[in-house]
Amino acid sequence: MSKRLVVDPITRIEGHLRIEAEVDDSNVIQQAYSSGTMVRGIELILQGRDPRDAWAFTQRSCGVCTTVHAFASIRAVEDALDIKIPSAANHIRNLMVAQQYIHDHVMHFYHLHALDWVDIVESLKADPAATSELQQSISSWRNSSPGYFADVQKKVQGIVDSGQLSIFANAYWGHPAYKLPPEVNLMAVAHYLEALDWQSHVTKIHTIFGGKNPHPNFVVGGVPMPIDLNSDTALNAERLSIISDSIDRIIEFVDQVYLPDVLAIAPYYLDYAALGEGLGNFLTWGEFPLGEANDTSKFLVPRGLILNRDLSQIIEPDPRDFEKMKEFVTHSWYNYRDGDGVGLHPWDGETEFNFTGPQPPFDQLEVDQKYTWLKAPRWNEMPMEVGPLARALMLYAGGHEQTKELVDLTLNKLEAPVEALFSTLGRTAARAIESKVIADALRVFYNGLIDDIKAGNTRTFNDEKWEPNTWPASAQGFGYMEAPRGALGHWVVIKDKKIENFQQVVPTTWNASPRDHKGQPGAYEMSLVGTQLAKPEWPLEILRTIHSFDPCMACAIHMVDAEGNDLGEAGTGLNVCLS
Amino acid sequence: MAEANRKIVLGLGNTLNSDEGLGVHALLALQEKLGDRAGDIELLDGGVLGLNLLPWVEESSHLLVLDAIDGRKDPGTLIELRREEIPLYTGVKMSQHQITFQEVLGLANIRGKLPPNLHMLGIQPADLSIGTDLSPAIAATLPQVVQRAEAILQAWGLLKYGDSHL
Repeated sequence: MSKRLVVDPITRIEGHLRIEAEVDDSNVIQQAYSSGTMVRGIELILQGRDPRDAWAFTQRSCGVCTTVHAFASIRAVEDALDIKIPSAANHIRNLMVAQQYIHDHVMHFYHLHALDWVDIVESLKADPAATSELQQSISSWRNSSPGYFADVQKKVQGIVDSGQLSIFANAYWGHPAYKLPPEVNLMAVAHYLEALDWQSHVTKIHTIFGGKNPHPNFVVGGVPMPIDLNSDTALNAERLSIISDSIDRIIEFVDQVYLPDVLAIAPYYLDYAALGEGLGNFLTWGEFPLGEANDTSKFLVPRGLILNRDLSQIIEPDPRDFEKMKEFVTHSWYNYRDGDGVGLHPWDGETEFNFTGPQPPFDQLEVDQKYTWLKAPRWNEMPMEVGPLARALMLYAGGHEQTKELVDLTLNKLEAPVEALFSTLGRTAARAIESKVIADALRVFYNGLIDDIKAGNTRTFNDEKWEPNTWPASAQGFGYMEAPRGALGHWVVIKDKKIENFQQVVPTTWNASPRDHKGQPGAYEMSLVGTQLAKPEWPLEILRTIHSFDPCMACAIHMVDAEGNDLGEAGTGLNVCLS
Repeated sequence: MAEANRKIVLGLGNTLNSDEGLGVHALLALQEKLGDRAGDIELLDGGVLGLNLLPWVEESSHLLVLDAIDGRKDPGTLIELRREEIPLYTGVKMSQHQITFQEVLGLANIRGKLPPNLHMLGIQPADLSIGTDLSPAIAATLPQVVQRAEAILQAWGLLKYGDSHL
């Protein structure tokens, strides 16, 4: 007999990511269903607006993804209107995007994902001297003395004693699936706290280039910050030096803390190197143009498809292909004019809501009907995984030397075969590996910018097509972006100087997609099948795999709860029920 | 870390979800009302930046937060939470995007960096559907929020040229 397990964060407003999993008598997941229970209507807000303003709206759709949505919108408009940006502006954009990657990955790991593997309470049992030895054996990070770890331990003890442990976002302490020795736990907790200080330093790159706090400014045609080494208000020598220092701090933290931590934790969870794969199909739109924006041959991360785990071949997908790039709504709360069985290319995309789900509170979604606010994007009618693993695989299969070295080093250390990449652990390792590759690329982008400045190429904005009277009567564009959590695309149709249609296909729409017109599950849904739960009422194993994708879901609604007892209910904030 | 001496008014909320964005709308209204009386007070649009706002919180000596607040009251009700009344908590989450501002405050608190002067001010929202404008009912209460915000800043002694009624 199978029973249905539901994992759904409780919030005051219905929304967010909900997973329903059918488990058998041994608590092994047989089928899983992923549902986004919050509607996102940015497409409707953009219709009829000035395309040059699209970024100012799309960046508001999410607090973590402001930069990536802004850039994807801008690239879509530049593509539609055939606007070329100056070389210095391209370097600056690459610097901003790369900084965002590392910031996002480090915070994802320490703030969200590490707690799936690290038991904070266990860190109280650690011997500070042994923790110090461990730290010194894995890197040359300066905070490594026994006294330092004893202080951290005291701080954790204080938090536990004050009853504020819930700040660490987990209530599963003591779960049998936690397997780290106390010293590894203590080291990771120390780095969790350090990451919070680190983040305030590395955001300086954005503060400088964006020119406005806390939301940066963007502009179609380049970047808003002029370069003038002798001006107080422009990108000058002093600001360049702050950026350079910030790059050093980023590289140092990845080299000495983040990557070593992942490699120190992974050996205790090798079972997850054989769990959580999902689809075996991967897609990237590519990122970090080193030449013209659309010259994919000069991307650092290739634009590509890997199908059926075949690393011998990368196929380049064309996002403009009306036949292959489609979104389906068979199981999504939308209507298509020509029926829900067909797929639509995003330039033809429609956003007409059709909520047919149960009214809350309810026990289960009707998964044979429509069950989510996410559409089902498909490439050539196949579901795809996007994200760090997809990118690391493209780099690896594409022969990127540094990636190959890092992947091989990781696999050797874990004594794991290359197939181990296709897993929950592989996804988490890929995120750390690409952080190293992209952190080092920051230095390359910075040097490119300096070379431009030395050569007198200080233009950062191309105004040739700023005025709408220079635009064609109609145009359509595609804006790519490899967001930290995966391939992001904005498709825009411009008519009579206004936005006629705008569709975003975000990374989590690919990964958290529902079943499609053929009944094929999405990446989350497939990745959970076969996982056994030690304690179904504490579904830590589901969180591990879902978190390994770094879901972007619950970004839009954040209202304050004046009573403070809602999210804290049962100490978990999770609604877990067996039915 | 810089010395914690910044005086910040932070408008929070998603301006794409109607009243969800009332903190940002209120911030702009407050900015206009105060003009140069704001002196060295920084009026910042925090949007839904979540954890990214931690540095601003921790560098403040005075922090006034404007936001939509769910106090289970009638829509349009003005709600205030003083420093010690703000629930600082979190729970298991699916996504790093699911970070509430209380959690940001909670983190600042365990790090010993919660601003000594902290106040939250908001309204019970009426409409959280998709849209960039406030609902009429909430838009009508905005002047009250601005007035209270001004009074709080006044009580903290931060406004230049004294009382606004003079």
